[in-house]
Amino acid sequence: MENIEKRNQLWAFIVTGALILVSLIYYQVNAYYIYLVVYIWFGFAYGMMLQYGRFCMASASRDLFAAGVPRMAVGIMIGLIFFSLVGVILSSTGMSTFHAGPIGSHEVIGGIIFGVGMVLAGGCASGSLYKIGEGNGTSILAILGISFGQAIFVDIGGIFNKLLPQSWVERAQATTWIPKENITSWFDHFLLGNVFTKPQIILSETDAISSMASGNMKFFLGNSLINTIIPAILVLILIYYFYPRKGFMKKRKKKNLSTGFGADITGAWTMITASQRTTLMAVLIGVTAGVHILAMKGMQIKFGINNFGQLLTRMGHTGDVSITGKVFDPGYWYITTQEAQLAGWIMEKVGWEVRDNVFFGVMNGLPELWRNPALWMSIGIVFGAMVMALLNKEFKWKLPKGELIVWGLGGGLLMGIGARVALGCNIGAFFIRVAGGDPGGWLFGIGMVVGGYIGVRFFNWWTEKKMAKEMEAF
Amino acid sequence: MAMKFEKVSDGNYMLDVCGYVCPHPQIYCKKSLEKIEEGDKLELIFDNPSSGETIVQMCDQAGHDILEKKEEGGKLIYVIEKC
Repeated sequence: MENIEKRNQLWAFIVTGALILVSLIYYQVNAYYIYLVVYIWFGFAYGMMLQYGRFCMASASRDLFAAGVPRMAVGIMIGLIFFSLVGVILSSTGMSTFHAGPIGSHEVIGGIIFGVGMVLAGGCASGSLYKIGEGNGTSILAILGISFGQAIFVDIGGIFNKLLPQSWVERAQATTWIPKENITSWFDHFLLGNVFTKPQIILSETDAISSMASGNMKFFLGNSLINTIIPAILVLILIYYFYPRKGFMKKRKKKNLSTGFGADITGAWTMITASQRTTLMAVLIGVTAGVHILAMKGMQIKFGINNFGQLLTRMGHTGDVSITGKVFDPGYWYITTQEAQLAGWIMEKVGWEVRDNVFFGVMNGLPELWRNPALWMSIGIVFGAMVMALLNKEFKWKLPKGELIVWGLGGGLLMGIGARVALGCNIGAFFIRVAGGDPGGWLFGIGMVVGGYIGVRFFNWWTEKKMAKEMEAF
Repeated sequence: MAMKFEKVSDGNYMLDVCGYVCPHPQIYCKKSLEKIEEGDKLELIFDNPSSGETIVQMCDQAGHDILEKKEEGGKLIYVIEKC
């Protein structure tokens, strides 16, 4: 046992050391790469916290609906509250990199598809990454599904373009800021003809909030209190009422304790603190996500840029950037787009033309993998989780077999498609947007929960069938 | 890889979900506890650490007792008494 512990510790040091070495090499090559190195280490921190807190948004709806366990749903709400409070400080000091997304039905639809996928795959986009760090082969398949699902979805046209509404085609073709040769796929028309015509709202910037609060108070009132804290508390109350309350009151009745309002407060607090490691990590993740934004904004100010593509261009890597001179550089915690770039990069290397569209060609570029800042953040998450799992003796290679191959790949593909329809995943379309004061984040969240419920119903049916078969013997 | 749910002896059952990842261990555990009688014991064997946290809370909320928790060669073994 002691040998295994020592071996795990050695591997944890090797992984950490390798990342330190990579960081030093990048810095040695060019000081601009410090921008990329910052992404690596925030990814590493996210990975450690995600693994320690078992922080997976798939389990928020899945464990709630399938097992009645609110641990993760509670954790997400706590994380949102703390992240939004840090976000207020960032907005007040002009250090926020957050930008709102278009609000519309595409978020609910994308959320539903994503929600079904994450339950099937056994992890959300960020959860699958940290589970790779635990040695989980099914999660590798899920991430491959997310990656290729997105890259193919944003590029396919042909027969699918015949399914496009005429109004989308007309609006997309009327776009003047994008060359016609880049408007080719179904997704291009969906973006330009539909999604990009929808409003983008940050509550603190609305007239309603500005009239109620002046100065920096509008950030707290609009983005944190109204868009995040109040809805999060309402969600917590609903979860408590429908799930742990009944069992909690039953236990109190057995002990002849009161079951009034005071007991409900105690019950809600018990629910919040039931899983201390998840709640603690939720707080830390929320604060870290805020500090990450601060760090990225600081780097942007230092180098006088607003996108890493500008630094790549300065270094002469013009082939990495899109026709607008950009690469995907969210400036905060994000998961899915960089994985689409991973698959897009592979597809391009085998001869698939993937830059003739809006997603890669205009918006996100296609940098070499080793110069992709957000992809390094994802790699950091995997290695951060691996180090934590090794130190806690929880790392174990588990190759996917049988049905898990189908669930992993199929779920990953659905997550990839859902993430593109909604323009983000559980992090970029929900966590970041809600805490940033964008009400559209809740639309994705609602869709994700509905999708999670559908996925759980399917798994309930599936496991019931398998249990019945096993029980034939007794 | 296959899930195994066996009656070991009167009142004692074994559920082996090694190799399975979330959400399978917790769902199979819940279903197994629904199938057995109050007072029966279930030995749950799994190797997906992420499921452990959920299983502990699920048992706590349902009032089931986890009599024993141990780790053997990368496998987690929980003995749960249905209450």
